[in-house]
Amino acid sequence: MNISLLLEMAAEAAPDRIGLVCDGKRWTYAELLSAARGAFELIEQSGAQYVALLDESSEAAVIALFGAALAGVPYCPLNYRLADTDLAALLARIAPALVVGDEERVSRIADDQGHTVYSREEFVLKAQETVPEAADREYDPGEGVAVQLFTSGTTAAPKAAILRHSNLLGYILGSVEFGSADEDDAALVVVPPYHIAGISALMSSIYAGRRIVMLPAFSPEGWLKLVADEKVTNAFVVPTMLGRIIAELEKTPTDVGSLRAIAYGGGKMPVEVIQKALALFPHTGFTNAYGLTETSSTIALLGPDDHRAALASDDPKVRARLGSLGQPLPTVEIEVRDEDGRVLGPGEAGEIYVRGDQVSGEYKDKSALVEGGWFPTRDAGYMDEDGYIFLSGRADDVIVRGGENMSPGEIEDVLLAHPAIADACACAVPSIEWGEAVGVALVVRQGHLEPAEDEIKELIRVRLRSSRVPDKVAFVPELPYNEMGKLLRREVKKILGC
Amino acid sequence: MKPGTRLKSAADDTEVMVIRTGGGTIECGGAPMAEAKPAEPAPLSPDFSAGTLMGKRYVDAAGQYELLCVKPGKGSLSVDGVALVVKDAKPLPASD
Repeated sequence: MNISLLLEMAAEAAPDRIGLVCDGKRWTYAELLSAARGAFELIEQSGAQYVALLDESSEAAVIALFGAALAGVPYCPLNYRLADTDLAALLARIAPALVVGDEERVSRIADDQGHTVYSREEFVLKAQETVPEAADREYDPGEGVAVQLFTSGTTAAPKAAILRHSNLLGYILGSVEFGSADEDDAALVVVPPYHIAGISALMSSIYAGRRIVMLPAFSPEGWLKLVADEKVTNAFVVPTMLGRIIAELEKTPTDVGSLRAIAYGGGKMPVEVIQKALALFPHTGFTNAYGLTETSSTIALLGPDDHRAALASDDPKVRARLGSLGQPLPTVEIEVRDEDGRVLGPGEAGEIYVRGDQVSGEYKDKSALVEGGWFPTRDAGYMDEDGYIFLSGRADDVIVRGGENMSPGEIEDVLLAHPAIADACACAVPSIEWGEAVGVALVVRQGHLEPAEDEIKELIRVRLRSSRVPDKVAFVPELPYNEMGKLLRREVKKILGC
Repeated sequence: MKPGTRLKSAADDTEVMVIRTGGGTIECGGAPMAEAKPAEPAPLSPDFSAGTLMGKRYVDAAGQYELLCVKPGKGSLSVDGVALVVKDAKPLPASD
């Protein structure tokens, strides 16, 4: 079954209901489905093997997602914040693609790759204008890949995580009841289109019949204004956004009474922030959603009742749950295992494993699944006796800043290219604002002068991007290695004072 | 019959997606459902004309069968002649 089923059912049950609002333009479910079918024709004509989005959120993201689904090619939204070289490399990996968005940039950096490029406006217009060649057009049955997302691992080159129609449908059908939203409900979607939560939010909202209200670029003032203007009832944010919204609300009180539910995820939520949020939004239900790209997003959640119960409780065990990821979804199984793969009991820390229809764990060239279809999340944690999951960091060395995965290798490669740097290690340092931020420990090459901290930061900002710029820079006489020659990143973390 | 299969009623417009199944015969409007519609529609049994609603899940008492209605119709669902009932929806909080 194809994920297009989600939009087809919405369009059949409520064709004239507004399903999407973006930059003032309103789309009914029937109009969205019609545009997706038009996009199908464009994709077929182009011969593209992928549909890529290089743009902020807009109706084009919805039309591209479902158009690609109908055509049976993966939808691959790209991170527009990438440096040109990195973006060109990703575009090369999905060529030939139908690319929607920044056509100027694609022609500048990937002109010879054979892509068919549309600006957002042209794509949307053409999708609306193009009619299916026949009334009984044959669309893809949905046995293959629906979405491909590039995700950072420990080494420099991003991995191509794939999600099949069956994974995404397993997640949506397992966690959302069709048409369960009230007619006036509205979900504010602000997570970037290349983040798994940005994609699952579209599908969940459409299947629930909940109007999507898009905010293409986040600002706390813009978010609060949109909540008030559109009487938004549901929202999903990453922890950094919630922190900034709270700061703005404390400065400028705004009517957020329409908000019945806020879900958050993508990174660690500082307990001080959620406590403040619970106080500032007394009538809003909060849900912590834990999930990964490879698991089609949410696999565990801490619901509104658990949040309020934890806040109100005298029992330290219950209070502690405010810092937990909650309990597994009923449709998945979660285990904690040690390094040898042995299943651990309550309170014992190890690596979190998950299994279920929505779990892919597949990358373009290999699968990360182990025996029995279990996926190792690379997240370290433990479960309490009641099945509440607690995170204790990463089992690998990926830095998670503001919900974004970063590979230490990528940062280290740039540092090692500096003539005065002999050795470098990048790791996570705690950050109230971001959950984690980048810290680097550097060894100066013999005979060279120690570079200024600002010079190091500028080097990373220019060669990678501003999110990779370290919060902490330390110079050390040498880095710790074990007898096998393996860099001991955990020891470096201690050196950086974490 | 694997989960994810789309079945069509022989007697009316109802279509379902198989979420879970046992080995019995899935019926709508009293007639067996199949992946393709028959050339001639089957008669709609008055015992199975209570209708099937879009987006609802239909289950048996033992919890062996679960069908999601993806296209509504006049017929109602059964397995081996025993009517299915609408599953109690216990929605999770929205998480994205």
